Amino acid sequence: MTDLYQSQRAMRNLRKAALQRGMIAILDVGTSKIACLILRFDGLEDTSDGDGVGSMAGQSNFRVIGAATTRSRGVRFGEISAMNETERAIRTAVQAAQKMANVRVDHVIACFSGGEPRSYGLAGEIELHDALVHENDVSRVLAACNAPDIGEGREVIHAQPVNFALDHRSGLADPRDQSGNRLACDMHLLTVDAAVVQNLLYCIKRCDLDLAGIASSAYASGIAALVEDERELGAACIDMGGGSTGLSIFMKKHMIFSDSVRLGGDHVTSDIAQCLHVPFAVAERIKTKHGGVHATGMDDREMIEIGGDSGDWEKDRRQVSRTELIGIIRPRVEEILEQAAERLDAAGFSHLPSQQIVLTGGASQIPGLDGLASRILGQRVRMGRPLRVQGLPQAATGPSFASTVGLCLFAAHPQDEWWDFEIPAERYPARSIKRALKWFKDNW
Amino acid sequence: MQSLNRALPPRRDPAPSRWAYKMQRLWLTPAFRIFMRLGLPVLVVALALAIFMASQARRDSLWGLMTSAKEQVTERPMFMVNLVAIDGASPELADAVRAKLALRLPQSALELDLDAVRVAAENLDAVARAVVRLGVGNVLQITISERQPAWVWRTESGLILLDDTGHRIAGLAERADRADLPLIAGQGANLATPEAIALLQAARPFEDRIRGLVRISTRRWDLVLDRAQSILLPADNPVAALEALIALDDAENILARDLTAVDLRNPKRPVLRLAPPALDALRAVHGITVPTESKS
Repeated sequence: MTDLYQSQRAMRNLRKAALQRGMIAILDVGTSKIACLILRFDGLEDTSDGDGVGSMAGQSNFRVIGAATTRSRGVRFGEISAMNETERAIRTAVQAAQKMANVRVDHVIACFSGGEPRSYGLAGEIELHDALVHENDVSRVLAACNAPDIGEGREVIHAQPVNFALDHRSGLADPRDQSGNRLACDMHLLTVDAAVVQNLLYCIKRCDLDLAGIASSAYASGIAALVEDERELGAACIDMGGGSTGLSIFMKKHMIFSDSVRLGGDHVTSDIAQCLHVPFAVAERIKTKHGGVHATGMDDREMIEIGGDSGDWEKDRRQVSRTELIGIIRPRVEEILEQAAERLDAAGFSHLPSQQIVLTGGASQIPGLDGLASRILGQRVRMGRPLRVQGLPQAATGPSFASTVGLCLFAAHPQDEWWDFEIPAERYPARSIKRALKWFKDNW
Repeated sequence: MQSLNRALPPRRDPAPSRWAYKMQRLWLTPAFRIFMRLGLPVLVVALALAIFMASQARRDSLWGLMTSAKEQVTERPMFMVNLVAIDGASPELADAVRAKLALRLPQSALELDLDAVRVAAENLDAVARAVVRLGVGNVLQITISERQPAWVWRTESGLILLDDTGHRIAGLAERADRADLPLIAGQGANLATPEAIALLQAARPFEDRIRGLVRISTRRWDLVLDRAQSILLPADNPVAALEALIALDDAENILARDLTAVDLRNPKRPVLRLAPPALDALRAVHGITVPTESKS
């Protein structure tokens, strides 16, 4: 775990360097598309007006100067399956974005949806040396969290302290410099398959880029699609992507749970392709143009030309009614939503005070989905679109760009993670110079 | 039956090749752009110039080309100076100026350094100020104001004419040539001419008796009169001392008597030095006999 801890620290330093240069790229490696945004940071935002939300909800300090989207290749279920193809797709997106921005970027923050994310809730507690919480006490309490068995070949990508408690007072956002005797913390740990992260790292390295941060796309789309009060009071975000559907539950502005269902819009398309015997591209076109989840009497009469180029007149002139198409789409969408509801139930979402659910992602654009979703997930369902950020092209404001936009916000306002705090002295090897230096630093 | 629609050719891969991608990133690097826009052209030009200039023959031919082109312009007749006109100088001085300048005529006006000509002319002792300009018809007009002789200075090497500021003008063969000018002598006499003028002004009552002024130890003046009389003046305020003597002379007619020197160096105690016959006569009047051996 120390190895990843070090690499995450290195990423954090790279991100700081990139923010100082004022230029960073955002890369969303999805199953159906790869999006690249280039952000320019114009300087530190003025935060003099208290701890509230600044102008433009804190997004005014950066601007999107380059944006490009390309069809994803070689990605299945949000995981890289053909490295060369994915590398080409990333190169296409990065080059187009660089051309639009007319700058060169070296640092990139990436997100992906695969890797079977698993959530763990951790708790730690320490006695304070003196009756005041210092910086190193925070790192000590984070280090004191009981590490779960995350399994072989898995790595931590998010380890966020979500709550601090000092004696009997809980719900502290920042316990530093407060007085008390016992400091306790709750940490949310998100692990993914190590091979998936390694593949993504390697792929980005092959594009001559440095990875300055990595995030789960469920987390990123939750940041973008949930509004401020939903994140505060508690809400779940369901990001319906091409190859997988990500879930994230937010509470008190922190992500407390994340999971993913390995089903998405591409499965709907492949259902259509199989049932109608049409190529994948045609099925995709029919889905986006005529798709729906509620059949009405009108839809019986609406005939859709399927087409084909087999040369057989009978086959090439086939028609299908929209009702039949909906009959293909609906079971799969229901399956996705039922699976998501199952995961939410398993996470104990029903015990949360607020039952708000926000649907976003490219597959959430099927007409009539909100009605179907409210029947399966509960009454409080809304369709979410990502926040507007400065300079984002109109084409990239749809729900399918929720995780891309969320990653922008993540880059601008990173959440404190475990590795942002200094390593407590006890964790250093017993006879190292670093430990001696640390002791000097802490005591003088 | 085959498909009536011809199979489309495989779509071109939109992804840039690895090298195209690298090149685009390189071109977007600011340092590289600046180098290609400024550094490289400068480097290429400098290299070409260096290769051309490496051969001595090419350097010489280039140099020759430049000088001949310059000459073609400067040697045109409208720029040539053929004549020097010297105004305001005596014929001898004009000849001396001409000899001093030693201009190679005809010469191009563009190559003529008028300032240098002026400085060369003013370097002559007899020239106080020279104004040099190119006149109509490319005549080099030199207007000279001569120094006016005011003093004759007798030195060990001979007589020298000085102007009123004490600057040397020329040598003089005979004192009689310029009998109208007052005579000064002694080392450093030329440096104290303003004081000498003041003294001569003050000594106007016995103007006809003055033979000259002698500078003693570059410090003070002696006024020498005829009949081998001299007036020793103090270093400080000699004019006042002289005026005091003139007052004394008016009252008692001292200078007409048989004196060799009037010593005014100490203004509170003027001393008269008598000629030997007068001294003897004075002693006889007072009945003093002096032993002959002590007189020597």
